Amino acid sequence: MTGYVVRRLMWMPVVLFIVSFLTFAIARFGPGDPVAVAAGQIRDQEVLQRIREERGLDGPMVQQYLRWVNRAVRGDFGESFIQRGYSVRELLVPKMWISAQLNILSIVIVFAVGIPLGLMSAWFQGRWLDPFIISALLFLSSIPVLVVLPPLQWLLAIQFNLLPVGGWDGLFAIWWIGDVVAIPIPDPHLYLPLLVLTVPGFAGVARLVRVTALQVSTEDYVRTARSKGLPESAVALRHVLPNSLLPLVTVVGLSLADILSGAYFVETLLGIPGIGSFTFESVRSRDYDVILATTLIVGMFFIVMNLITDLAYARIDPRIRLGTGART
Amino acid sequence: MTTASPEAMAPGPAAAGASASRSPSSLFWSRLRRKRLAMLSLVVIAVIYGGGILAPVLAPYSFTEQNLDRGLEGPSREHWLGTDRLGRDMYSRTLYSARTTLVVSVAVLVSGSLLIGNGLGLLAGYRGGWVDNLIMRAGEVLSALPGLPMLILVNAALGPRIIQFGGWVEQHTPFGGIAGPFSSYLTVFGVLSLFFWVGTARLVRAQVLQLREREFVLAAQALGGGTIHILWQHLLPNVAFLVVLQLSATLGSVAGSEVALTWFGVGVQPPTPSFGAMIFEGSGARTFAQHPHLLLVPGLCVSALLFAFALLGDAINDVIRGR
Repeated sequence: MTGYVVRRLMWMPVVLFIVSFLTFAIARFGPGDPVAVAAGQIRDQEVLQRIREERGLDGPMVQQYLRWVNRAVRGDFGESFIQRGYSVRELLVPKMWISAQLNILSIVIVFAVGIPLGLMSAWFQGRWLDPFIISALLFLSSIPVLVVLPPLQWLLAIQFNLLPVGGWDGLFAIWWIGDVVAIPIPDPHLYLPLLVLTVPGFAGVARLVRVTALQVSTEDYVRTARSKGLPESAVALRHVLPNSLLPLVTVVGLSLADILSGAYFVETLLGIPGIGSFTFESVRSRDYDVILATTLIVGMFFIVMNLITDLAYARIDPRIRLGTGART
Repeated sequence: MTTASPEAMAPGPAAAGASASRSPSSLFWSRLRRKRLAMLSLVVIAVIYGGGILAPVLAPYSFTEQNLDRGLEGPSREHWLGTDRLGRDMYSRTLYSARTTLVVSVAVLVSGSLLIGNGLGLLAGYRGGWVDNLIMRAGEVLSALPGLPMLILVNAALGPRIIQFGGWVEQHTPFGGIAGPFSSYLTVFGVLSLFFWVGTARLVRAQVLQLREREFVLAAQALGGGTIHILWQHLLPNVAFLVVLQLSATLGSVAGSEVALTWFGVGVQPPTPSFGAMIFEGSGARTFAQHPHLLLVPGLCVSALLFAFALLGDAINDVIRGR
């Protein structure tokens, strides 16, 4: 077990090295010279050369890359090309924090709604409600965000004026009753993004919970529990439910691995200043150092969360042995 | 995840008799046919893909024909689904967009999922050792890369080169007529294939790991069969069912990715019509309030296609796993 963890951890820097080099190479091959963008109207070769030297963009590509790695491992990701005077780290951290808040909230909602729906569907197996729930959820998950957002914005914000069209104003708003009592409520800017981020996710969770619950309920230990005279509710709560949630550990881990990468389209369309919309902007304006830093941080987080997920799963389900035999 | 063995599809001893002489694929069909939702989804997919195939015959107008006096009109007798900003017929553009989706998704399915995914998965599972390690680690690197921004970057980097290449082929070789129109799709499909093989490869590898210990593989090895022979003749037929399982998931998510990429401006390039480009034109709350048909026409088509693939995938899953 320890050997397995050590091997996985040793492999991590290698993956990060490859990931960052790939990003670096692809970015360099792209059209548009970042130095020319940074110089603006100035086309003086001397000035361009000076910017290149300042940014470490002179010399062969491998040398440029090594220079970048040397700074990156010390946590210095350089200065943004587009937003002059700001370090990449200064720009990224607040945006990642916003995306992380939004994503964690939506993961909580997805599981809080998806699990009961899946269990309900399994409970009603063989009746019309079961296929109805699953098909309805599949339908809701089939509409692309890009298609569903404009109508929702129009309906909720413009037509009925219930919610703001977009933007971000923290997690909580204060609701005053007669200027005396202050009740914190979720900020209205949250509702629309959370709606479009969570609803498509219900189907996946519900389907997985349903299939596992049906599978678990035919297991021997469930039959044993029934035959020793436990009431049906105790069988469902003590034996079927906990075992049906086992495969969800992987799903939770995979969704947590993604919390730093942001919801690209939702953030862009709703004007939320998270890492998703920022990534789009930086890709569009070829802000190389921002793109590189984002890829590296997101990749690192992804790998670490994957490892934690695998370990947690092995911990919870003693039937799984990591790093032995064919399983790697 | 439990993986059903292909034998689950073959009739067991009890079911022998009526279905004794039937092949697994005919059995698969007869079981799938009993699922009403699956049949309905197949019809929807057939209509959208069929519209794409027959676009040159069915479209009343050319997809580039502009009429600036008649822009942004709602549905009428002349223009069944209205016109866009430049007065182009939305119905014709929808048909050609379906064609784009069809070409891109089938190309990604064949190259990314079937060829690369299957090939690498078979090889990794059968050979094991460093080959397995190399392939699986490469997959890990690809999944650690943030998907969409990477697709955009790769597309931005390689797109112009591929389009140049397409132009060169058009001018310098007799294949121009065929290659020219396809160079617009090439970037999208090449970039998507790069990322889409990982899922298939993992599934196939896991299955092969179990299969390679079985007697029939051992027998083939004992008779002196080479790696390629064993992979092609003995292992491939036994993982084919996994490919069927992946089929509708891959086709659906490629269609969705095309929308996302093109919406961002790095996918299929104008003037080639595509659902992503049409949705982009219709997006925005104000635009939707004034001209809802701009978004609804392509949006409903894509949603219907994705929903049909989701339902079909569910049904195929049930049939193969014997439920």
